[in-house]
Amino acid sequence: MGVPVDRPPVFGVLAEFSGKDELIDAIGHSKDHGYRHMEAYTPLPLHDVVQAIGHKNRLPLIVLCGGILGATVGFAMQYYLSVEAYPLNVGGRPFNSWPSFIIITFEMTILFAAFSAVLGMLALNGLPRPYHPVFHVDGFEQASRNRFFLLLLSRDPVFDLERATEILESREPLSMHEVPF
Amino acid sequence: MSQATTPPPPDETRTAAIIRPGHSLSSVTDKISKIVLQRHTPRGWFIGLGISFALVMLLLWSLTVLLVKGTGIWGLNIPVGWGFAIINFVWWIGIGHAGTLISAILLLVKQDWRTSINRFAEAMTLFAVACAGIFPLIHVGRPWLAYWLLPYPNTMDMWPQFRSPLLWDVFAVSTYASVSLLFWYVGLIPDLATLRDRAKSRPWKIAYGVLALGWRGAARHWDRYETAYLLLAGLATPLVVSVHTVVSLDFAVGQVPGWHATVFPPYFVAGAVFSGFAMVVTLAIPLRKVYGLEDFITMRHLENMAKVMLATGLIVAYGYAIEIFTAWYGGSEYEMFMVQNRMKGPYATFFWALILCNVAIPQLLWSRKIRNSLLALFLISIVVNVGMWLERFVIVVTSLSRDFLPSSWDTYEPTFWDWSTYIGTIGLFLALLFLFIRFLPMISIAEMRMLVPAEEEPEEEEK
Repeated sequence: MGVPVDRPPVFGVLAEFSGKDELIDAIGHSKDHGYRHMEAYTPLPLHDVVQAIGHKNRLPLIVLCGGILGATVGFAMQYYLSVEAYPLNVGGRPFNSWPSFIIITFEMTILFAAFSAVLGMLALNGLPRPYHPVFHVDGFEQASRNRFFLLLLSRDPVFDLERATEILESREPLSMHEVPF
Repeated sequence: MSQATTPPPPDETRTAAIIRPGHSLSSVTDKISKIVLQRHTPRGWFIGLGISFALVMLLLWSLTVLLVKGTGIWGLNIPVGWGFAIINFVWWIGIGHAGTLISAILLLVKQDWRTSINRFAEAMTLFAVACAGIFPLIHVGRPWLAYWLLPYPNTMDMWPQFRSPLLWDVFAVSTYASVSLLFWYVGLIPDLATLRDRAKSRPWKIAYGVLALGWRGAARHWDRYETAYLLLAGLATPLVVSVHTVVSLDFAVGQVPGWHATVFPPYFVAGAVFSGFAMVVTLAIPLRKVYGLEDFITMRHLENMAKVMLATGLIVAYGYAIEIFTAWYGGSEYEMFMVQNRMKGPYATFFWALILCNVAIPQLLWSRKIRNSLLALFLISIVVNVGMWLERFVIVVTSLSRDFLPSSWDTYEPTFWDWSTYIGTIGLFLALLFLFIRFLPMISIAEMRMLVPAEEEPEEEEK
């Protein structure tokens, strides 16, 4: 195993597979050899691939926090404005007419939760990211059509270019690429 | 493809399939992205966009005249202060609701037949909400001050009145527009990446590339993406119900006879879904024909939508019946007069046309033969759209024109500008749709990939 130098020669090694079973097999094989830093690229979301790679999803928690924040902001805004800032007597209703405030509180909950879902998803995914090394690879555009790719990253402590290539080649990929930075 | 509980159709010609057999990951990708990426644009597209663009100009003209002269150019008077602006607002918002229903609710209940129609139904929602939003804004009289509706610190030291359904509407509709836009855009991201990867010319590659935000289909990204999409669906579902409920409260909280009814929220929501599905059918039938999408938007889709129309139409009919029943059972003479006035008054023609369009004609959909006839479905969907517009006309105008005090009665007649603004928004809606189907995939490619069976993947070259 080579000791990683300051900047490895490549970003990673990429293998192209024709189906998801081959991909999952290659993921398992790479893990058997101690590789942990890897990413799979697929044309569609596949639960077994995510499971094979291993991933903990923190998005639901973010959305929950966004929703709670929205509800708090929504109700607090109406309470403050109707009770403190601009108390207005409408037909003798109490200033804090909380049943009337439910709807806007609800809408604000949805609004904040929806934005946290989308912005949270983009932030956790590191998007927008206009440039990524895999875009260098000829044929990678098939990842959005019908091909499945596995990338072993060079920042993995066990990464060794020749060894990683061997590991992936043993799974008989359709093609192999070294991914430059 | 088909769920585990239902056996696959015995032969391919049966209409039960949601995608025609024989498609693979590559074929759905190529077929749908080709519609957008091909150089050739059908001549009908130019004609359609041209006509709708002309109507957009009519809209701009009408709005300009409105800004110069004020709302006096419309047929509004006192007592009928709502008129076309509110009728059209409710009508457009209602049409938008089917898009959210198809994309969110049917996703949550795992109706995977929704996949091929959800994208353009969502686009339809977005454009319908855009059209709807115009009306309350121009109806406020001085649209340049419409931002007064929002709570913001100002030198007048005034704040909005949070007990009013009209303000709830501001929040509900703006949240609905924002969430619909997010939902639509998130759904588009993987497809934009697909188009970026397929586009031949550099400017298009860059344009789709920028919009795709650097999406590359990484497994972890997909995982978060799916969670985000599912959560958005879960959020949009109660939202869509709340939006038309709030719209109905604009009426129901008022005390005008014919508005002050507890049946309004469910009946408005059902009416929204009814008209929205009708609009999806109206658009889907020509689209699948012109773009050869019969493989993806199959008869099963159209038949299912017809069934939803039938069901929601029955709920709407129940709403009409209950309105009449409560007027009688409640014993209020004003409510009773309102019912008689609707049936026999100056707007009786509108009322009976509405019953014909929304209650009588949709009953044809009980017949399987009608549900499977493209022409009949198309015509019925148009009839329903007209009927739902008439319903809002009847609710707004008959109640306002003759309320409690005969001395304050007046009749309402729309003017040229009422019509031109309304027709102009139809033009805006269609123009946006034409642009959408030319430049963005009208069927979700990524979701269609999930419907094709994984095992068969024939080797074929990309065309």
